[in-house]
Amino acid sequence: MVEKNGTEKEQDFNNPDNEVTSDHIIERFNGDISADTRDGYQGYIVSPDRFHEVAKVFRDELGYDYLSSVTGVDYIDDDHIEVVYHADKIVGGEGINFKVQVNRENPVVPTLVPIYPGADFQEREVFDMYGVHFEGHPNLRRILMWDGFDGYPLRKDWKEAYYEEDVKPFDTRWPGGQVKRSEADSPYGKNVSYPPDFDIDNWSPETDDSLYESLQKTDPKGKSLQTDSIVVNIGPQHPSTHGVFRMVVALDGETITDLQPVMGYLHRNHEKIGERNTFLQNMPYTDRLDYLASMGNNFGYALAVEKLMGVEVPERAQYIRVLMAELTRIANHMWAIGFLLNDLGAFQTPALYAIRARELILDVFEATAGSRMMCNYMRFGGLARDFPSQMRGEDTIKFIDDLVNNRLPQAIDELDHFLTENEIVRSRCIGVGVLSAEKAIAYSTAGPLLRASGVSYDLRRVDSYGIYDRFDFQIPTRSNGDVYDRYLIRVDEMRESAKICQQVMRDIPSEGEIFTGKPQYNFRVPAGESYGRVENPKGELGYYVVSNGKANPYRYHVRAPSFVNLTVLGELCKGHKVADAVVILGSIDIVLGEVDR
Amino acid sequence: MNDELSNPDIPVPDELQSTVTITSLDKIYNWGRRSSIWPMVFGLACCAIEMICTAASRFDIARFGMEVFRATPRQADLMIVSGTVTKKMVPQIVRLFNQMPEPKYVMAMGACASGGGPFKEGYNVVSGIDKFVPVDVYVPGCPPTPQALLHGLMKLQEKIDGQSLKSVRWYGQEASEAVPVPVLGPDLLDPRQHALLAQQAGQMPVNVDIEKDL
Repeated sequence: MVEKNGTEKEQDFNNPDNEVTSDHIIERFNGDISADTRDGYQGYIVSPDRFHEVAKVFRDELGYDYLSSVTGVDYIDDDHIEVVYHADKIVGGEGINFKVQVNRENPVVPTLVPIYPGADFQEREVFDMYGVHFEGHPNLRRILMWDGFDGYPLRKDWKEAYYEEDVKPFDTRWPGGQVKRSEADSPYGKNVSYPPDFDIDNWSPETDDSLYESLQKTDPKGKSLQTDSIVVNIGPQHPSTHGVFRMVVALDGETITDLQPVMGYLHRNHEKIGERNTFLQNMPYTDRLDYLASMGNNFGYALAVEKLMGVEVPERAQYIRVLMAELTRIANHMWAIGFLLNDLGAFQTPALYAIRARELILDVFEATAGSRMMCNYMRFGGLARDFPSQMRGEDTIKFIDDLVNNRLPQAIDELDHFLTENEIVRSRCIGVGVLSAEKAIAYSTAGPLLRASGVSYDLRRVDSYGIYDRFDFQIPTRSNGDVYDRYLIRVDEMRESAKICQQVMRDIPSEGEIFTGKPQYNFRVPAGESYGRVENPKGELGYYVVSNGKANPYRYHVRAPSFVNLTVLGELCKGHKVADAVVILGSIDIVLGEVDR
Repeated sequence: MNDELSNPDIPVPDELQSTVTITSLDKIYNWGRRSSIWPMVFGLACCAIEMICTAASRFDIARFGMEVFRATPRQADLMIVSGTVTKKMVPQIVRLFNQMPEPKYVMAMGACASGGGPFKEGYNVVSGIDKFVPVDVYVPGCPPTPQALLHGLMKLQEKIDGQSLKSVRWYGQEASEAVPVPVLGPDLLDPRQHALLAQQAGQMPVNVDIEKDL
């Protein structure tokens, strides 16, 4: 599937004289590509006719070999839907974005899956939400909603059953001091609406038959023993799927011949709700994306909107942000390792140790932000509040100092000591679910998954944000790309995070502002687009925000690392036993809140 | 154990106090059930994380005899609906509920499961699991802290204490009925509203008394 020639790419970087610039490209594709000159926008607009050619040039000649995000925007007033792509160079440097505009009635865009296989699920999402047909896509079916659902929910003229107004705050939210329930407006008393011509008596539901048939089965020819393929559904209610996730697996005996992930069981419409919310109202919603790393989610969204608003963050707040993001990383990796061991059959015990360490971090969050999990802590231009003077009967600074210098490093060492050399862990993990570096890049995987395959790509380095450039830390990489390396990389990253936390506690100014300007509930944000991203524990978390100058985002898209990382799951599992699929899924470390959004 | 179970109206001789307790059948039956509520391994969203924390060593749900999380509904007494109920997921939840043997209890954990929560307006969100299955205890919070969940479980214990062998539905004459499983169509279809849906076909929405159909 991947057609890239690695050596060619390197030559471009080694000979700056030969380097093709984007200006050359505009010249070469005269008329089919132009710079995006709208106010507050960057990047290029490409015509769908030569889109494939242009994308290939971007990848092979300009070196943008890593497609990070694909999404759509419905510009209903201009009568077109725009598909927005963000691509990066895996060696670092400025990213690029390019767009394709198509009309709303019959939107067709050539698929990028043959060039960037990582576009697979993201294109399906755009199809699901906007009805854009990606010509040539190998498996273009709905991904978050179910087959047979009526309409394309993220189009601006599509209205949900409980629709009240285009943007919040709604006038009805407190009518005459009375509580009003949306159910009262629906004839069904429920959050449902049906097309006007829907006739239930002459209707039958869609089945999953086509999905089951599309799976690659064993070929009975040429085998001495006649065997049958069976299709097994793992999930959506299954103890090992880390939430409501479903894997449809075709099996030959116990060996997996094909695996198709099915998701959307926790699709709770972040993006549609986010476009009705005001900018600030979205902040607590970001907590509920990857709910094991809410501080990191806050951080990314704050960065995206701060880019549009152009506000600065005070020094002390910058330090606290980094501290919180790194504590989150440790808490998340603790959880991931604990539950990877659960998947391996070490039921509960390692998880208990991991949760115990995580609780210490949650205490800091609770004392500072007011909540264990849903912190809602960051604001555009700073933070919601400073550390309290006391927590758990101790001086807060002393508590955190002790935590990052002693207790967390000890907890990490403890896990390392019990697990790393464990015979069963090694024999179940080494050589299982191997992902090569080329594939990891092509499939747009991010985070520990990418770095365990030997690619040193971490946004804290390649696109440094906040004040990460002031700290001394390594980007750990491993070279085998198997489950064991993904475990090891998490241990390494926890150690590096603890190192960063120690430096924060050493360097943080003891006093200072934590917020720029006056806190506001409702404010206008200058028009334009912005892509803010952070290296979350699970990988690149990006927010694509479009503002039209009003108090609500016109478009609010989340590039979720767990979702994109799942693109490669089927590839990883093929040829392994069914018990390994559970472990491979555990090693990717997904959170369904973020996969389905 | 004695204090909790014994009936103060019937005195037990002093020398037998350490070994004998006189109690009612209801009381000892309920005492057994309330001290061994087995929840189902069933996590939906964020609340599931707090549910796991409740089961872990710090909050230690085992103090209430509830640490035996069962992965199959056939062995579970309690379904903790821990998270946002989406339209895509609700058919499975109803099926799981139907597969649980009596006596069974449902707890709506958190704002989403109780009434839709912050995501209520979403097009794929069911505004509360009680639209489909009967709920015994609602636990507020987003997510509820482990303490709040434990409080909810204690409330459930109180509810069990108040039940009597004579009147509980699972020893009654009629078998308890399964909840009709919702179907995914152009939107979520509730089979109990089939007649209403058929009547609505091809018409503009009319205002009807919704209480009747629920």
